[in-house]
Amino acid sequence: MDQPNEPPHAGADVSPTRRAFYIGFINGAMSLIGLALAVPAAIYLLFPPKLRKGQQWVQTADLSKIPAGTPTEISFERTRVDGWKTTNVKATAWVVKGPYNEVVAFSPQCTHLGCAYHWDAPSHTFICPCHTSVFSIDGKVLGGPAPRPLDRFMTKIEGGRLDIGPPEPHA
Amino acid sequence: MRLIRTINDWLEDRTGIESAIKSFLYEDIPASAGWHQIIGSMAVFFFVIQVFTGGLLAFNYAPTPGEAYNSVKYIMTELTGGPLIRGLHHWGASMMLIIVVLHMIQVFIYGAYKKPREATWMVGVTLLLITLAFGLTGYLLPWDNRAYWGTVVTTQIASQAPIAGPYLLRLLGSQGSVGNVTFSRFYALHTVLLPPLTIILIGIHIYLVRKHGVAAAPGDTAPKRKFFPEQVFKDTVGVAVAFIILFVMAVVAKVPLERLADPTDTAYIPRPEWYFLFLFQTLKFFKGPLETVGSVVLPGVAVLTLFLIPFIDRGPMIRLGKRTFAISFVILAAIAWTGLTTAAVVTTPKNQESADDTETPATETPEAAPASAASATPSAPALAAWQRLTPEELAGLGLFKKQGCMGCHPGTGQKGIGPDLTKIPAEHRNVAWLVPHFKNPSQVVPGSAMPPVDLSPADLNALALFVLTVTPQNEQALLSVPAFVTQGAMVYQSNHCNSCHQIDGVGSTLAPALDGVGLRHDRAWLEKHFADPAGVTKDSIMPPYKFTPPDLDAICKYLLQLPKGA
Repeated sequence: MDQPNEPPHAGADVSPTRRAFYIGFINGAMSLIGLALAVPAAIYLLFPPKLRKGQQWVQTADLSKIPAGTPTEISFERTRVDGWKTTNVKATAWVVKGPYNEVVAFSPQCTHLGCAYHWDAPSHTFICPCHTSVFSIDGKVLGGPAPRPLDRFMTKIEGGRLDIGPPEPHA
Repeated sequence: MRLIRTINDWLEDRTGIESAIKSFLYEDIPASAGWHQIIGSMAVFFFVIQVFTGGLLAFNYAPTPGEAYNSVKYIMTELTGGPLIRGLHHWGASMMLIIVVLHMIQVFIYGAYKKPREATWMVGVTLLLITLAFGLTGYLLPWDNRAYWGTVVTTQIASQAPIAGPYLLRLLGSQGSVGNVTFSRFYALHTVLLPPLTIILIGIHIYLVRKHGVAAAPGDTAPKRKFFPEQVFKDTVGVAVAFIILFVMAVVAKVPLERLADPTDTAYIPRPEWYFLFLFQTLKFFKGPLETVGSVVLPGVAVLTLFLIPFIDRGPMIRLGKRTFAISFVILAAIAWTGLTTAAVVTTPKNQESADDTETPATETPEAAPASAASATPSAPALAAWQRLTPEELAGLGLFKKQGCMGCHPGTGQKGIGPDLTKIPAEHRNVAWLVPHFKNPSQVVPGSAMPPVDLSPADLNALALFVLTVTPQNEQALLSVPAFVTQGAMVYQSNHCNSCHQIDGVGSTLAPALDGVGLRHDRAWLEKHFADPAGVTKDSIMPPYKFTPPDLDAICKYLLQLPKGA
């Protein structure tokens, strides 16, 4: 409840000290109640949900089928924890295989604003169509507004098969 | 300070808000006003709390039967502060009802509804009914068993209303059963229709209170006082005390969330929220054709009487001490209400749900299946739980353990994320439903948090068959069955032994049945036989089997423990 910040314009029916006590109590109690509601509400809305792990590692392509030296977009299914629901979603990654079977998997979104970029073979770069960010084959920013190199997924190779894991933390 | 002053002056000039607040706060109230009149403000405060916490809950709530339960569970288990917010909303609802009733009792015993305040009273009665409607519709929204069955009973009661019954049922979307339509309508009432309606009616109610002034005690001729600050202080004390009680309740008392609504659960005993228990109990006094008297006629007459009280009791206001009839009426009503509620609590048996918290008695001790003792007689009269299962079902049990299913389905009486497997509803108790569900849980059960089970079709089948054998009686024994049993059964299945052999009537009769094979042969014989069947049994057409040592050990132990056939 709001209170006027002026003395009453009529009928001072209580002594000034009492009046001050009343007003102090009203303001104090209401502020405390407001805090007792606002703080849990902020925690409830702002704290991240307790971690429920989705599937971390996904088996994807046969490594021998990925050409060396040319970025290839592979797609796979990942479980995604979405609030109270775990769903299977299609995910993709740009995979670059080196001459010694070493593999890098890039997250398929431009680091600028999340558009899907593509591999431009003639210029030998990744190009984002939205704001023309350009990345080299190892993900470095060559031009445009992108703030950092392409994000990478963790990878491991098991029995000739490429497994893709969670995103690597930013360097 | 000057800046605030300037802003205030500007606001006052353009909107008049400051003088509006002042004229609200410096309203004249009778000198006899006091502590007994704080309850109305408390009711308004609790409504605000309900709107606030309800809005927060709605931010993380999925209003469909398919997902409501999962989202409430998410609020309760994964969101920090989630249980507190739900606690405030849940207990706040009960407290709001108590406060609204207390407010009404206060007005009633003081006779403050008398001329010219009849309309104020009637709007108040409507607000009481709306508070009850909030409770009734909100009860369904967690979509647990309690919610579902409570609503089934409520809608059935509504259907008994003379003439209007079938139409009411249709309006509630509950013809046939409580489901999607009822759920959506309750949700819409609870969150879309009732809150603005309440705000409008509270506005009218307060306007009327202001129009007629707070009712003074008879003979109060003392000069009027101001609402602010003394009465506001008293109101604030009441609000603060009630809020502290609510907050402590929300922190200390766990808000129930039973298991997911199960329309096939015939053992569930529906029970309404505590404040409806007296109605629930009243119903028991009316049998057969008289039932509508208890369910519709009596409550209807009571509500109508409540509305018409200002026209029934038309005398002038008198001192509280002389309102003996009103006071005795309230006391009698309170006694009747308490009696009915207590009777309802005492006579309703406890649901198994609450018993689930205690340990489930194991009917068969797992150790009854002697893991080490190959010497134990397989024909012992008491069969271990696993001995009643086919090899395929046992292989399914093995897969169940291997796939880590127990992580979420740990068995009755233990807290798991997944549902209790002994309580799978009847319409899902078949392989045709279970297997697609294993393969893609969230597509078969929207909102399911279960990860897909990645197994061959044969293994999925075995898993489904096992799940179908689980009962509350055998569950504990099965889940703790010795490893050689499941391992042996899995070896048996993966080598297709059933293509020739039979166990307990399952399999082919091409070769001898294996029931009670331990009575006829020993371990050494079996091992030799696996290695060279024709060498041990003349004319045997069985091909030799080379098992790994652990597999050989498991299948021999398993076969030797097979009971004699019936």
